Amino acid sequence: MYWDREFETMPWEKLRELQLERLKTTVERVYNNVPFYRKVMDERGIKPSDIRTLDDLRMLPFTVKQDLRDNYPFDMFAVPMEEVVRVHASSGTTGKPTVVGYTKNDIRTWSQLMARSLTMAGATRGDVVQNAYGYGLFTGGMGVHYGAELVGATVIPISGGNTDRQLMIMQDFKATILTCTPSYALFLAEEGEKKGIDFKKLPLKAGVFGAEPWSERMRGQLEAKLDIKAHDIYGLSEIIGPGVSMECSAQQGMHIFEDHFLAEIIDPDTGEPLPPGRQGELVITSLTKEAFPIIRYRTRDITMLMDDPCPCGRTHIRMRRVTGRTDDMLIIRGVNVFPSQVESVLLEFGETEPHYLLVVDRKGNLDDLEIWVELSEQWFSDKVRQLEDIEQRLKGRIASVLGISAKIKLVEPRTIPRSEGKAKRVVDRREI
Amino acid sequence: MKIKQISVFLENKSGRLAKVTRVLGENGVNIRALSIADTTDFGILRLIVNDPDTAYRVLKEAGFSVNVTDVIAVEIPDVPGGLADPLDCLKDANINIEYLYAFLTRATKAALVVFRVEQIDEAARVLQDRGVRILDGAEVYNL
Repeated sequence: MYWDREFETMPWEKLRELQLERLKTTVERVYNNVPFYRKVMDERGIKPSDIRTLDDLRMLPFTVKQDLRDNYPFDMFAVPMEEVVRVHASSGTTGKPTVVGYTKNDIRTWSQLMARSLTMAGATRGDVVQNAYGYGLFTGGMGVHYGAELVGATVIPISGGNTDRQLMIMQDFKATILTCTPSYALFLAEEGEKKGIDFKKLPLKAGVFGAEPWSERMRGQLEAKLDIKAHDIYGLSEIIGPGVSMECSAQQGMHIFEDHFLAEIIDPDTGEPLPPGRQGELVITSLTKEAFPIIRYRTRDITMLMDDPCPCGRTHIRMRRVTGRTDDMLIIRGVNVFPSQVESVLLEFGETEPHYLLVVDRKGNLDDLEIWVELSEQWFSDKVRQLEDIEQRLKGRIASVLGISAKIKLVEPRTIPRSEGKAKRVVDRREI
Repeated sequence: MKIKQISVFLENKSGRLAKVTRVLGENGVNIRALSIADTTDFGILRLIVNDPDTAYRVLKEAGFSVNVTDVIAVEIPDVPGGLADPLDCLKDANINIEYLYAFLTRATKAALVVFRVEQIDEAARVLQDRGVRILDGAEVYNL
């Protein structure tokens, strides 16, 4: 079942032609409208007209998250703000988020891509989509929402959290498709089991799970417990949000929507391109974005491309499940977290050389974040109240910067291990 | 009049208190009184010792978070209601007590109570006006 047969099954050569044409337009657009891109291209003596083949893309430098930080909030936009109808944001590496913008056309494109994605999971007009992704600056909620409406399904915009209500509504509204992070889906399944809910008797048939890494083991659990087919979806706000790639019914990797995105895999150390079948870092160039076009964005996600034909008939190349990161970003309850964000908060609190450790665990299928902070001389007091006050203030500030709550644990000085050169900032005990 | 109290930050894990007392013992520091304030995650150990300067230095060298706070030690007659008088006296003077802890000594029949207050000089004055005996440093360190 296709949403857009023409583009989804476009012959390989035709797809490349389309990509080249769109790449030229995109490079032209960024060169003329985004000072950042004009500068990096001028520095290298590259003009948009130098892009004659898809391989010429490699003349252009990578775009990294720091570039987005340097152009905070709107300087990477390629259109005037009057044409921007929406913004979303994701975690930056410090206190400031990474901001992206959409024109009306971008929202239309994104909705189309999400309609494609949901169709791959079997969504039709008759379906009821329980959308438990968070609504807000995070792209998950609204991305799924617009796509599901375009398909003509009934959307339950329930957003994340409140498990009892999720389970009640899933039963009463007869949800057929669940969209959320895989860890939350597993949590819902187990809470449901405790309440004696028999998911086999519910009309739920598919799940579209993303925004965090998961495994085949988790897929097995989700499919067995919820009696559904569980699909992996991939995306990131810097590119568009969810709907960059999606798993079809074959469940053998996610099709990257190549009519809108150009994917490369590179060696993260050398930046050299790697062929399909080799594991490396995913780099994406947007081909149709208007407000926030992006060239060779380093996603930091580790995966590989698979170009063998897919039984589903789609011609778009597939990417394997994301298996790791080339930076220290963590995904906790679907939220991107950088240890440097914690550091920036500690610096705000007057720490000159903060020592801290993020300890992540999965408790009952939910991620749990504890932040250990070495108690510095200046904070220590003989009064419990004063230490508890510091914990509370840190907790509040960290929740507002990270977007998720964390437990703060003050620890004795010099007890967080220092490794040679780079401090170890993360202990991840989750088994996924 | 004021005496020095040593406070040490302790994570709530086994062996930490033993470590503190070991370090003090090895350096010839004798503990006169102690109290621990604890929460789920950490504790604050408060100590009166015979040699606060050495205690501070050796604990610091051993890597602990340590600080020194001035407190007052008050002699309380070891009779029912003995503590109530000085407490009333502080209340009347609007002096808040952060915390206190008591200890007995072999030397006197009286109990000693350590008071931690913000307005330490004023507290000492109102207590003395009320005829409460306040011990000086040497007296406490050499108990």
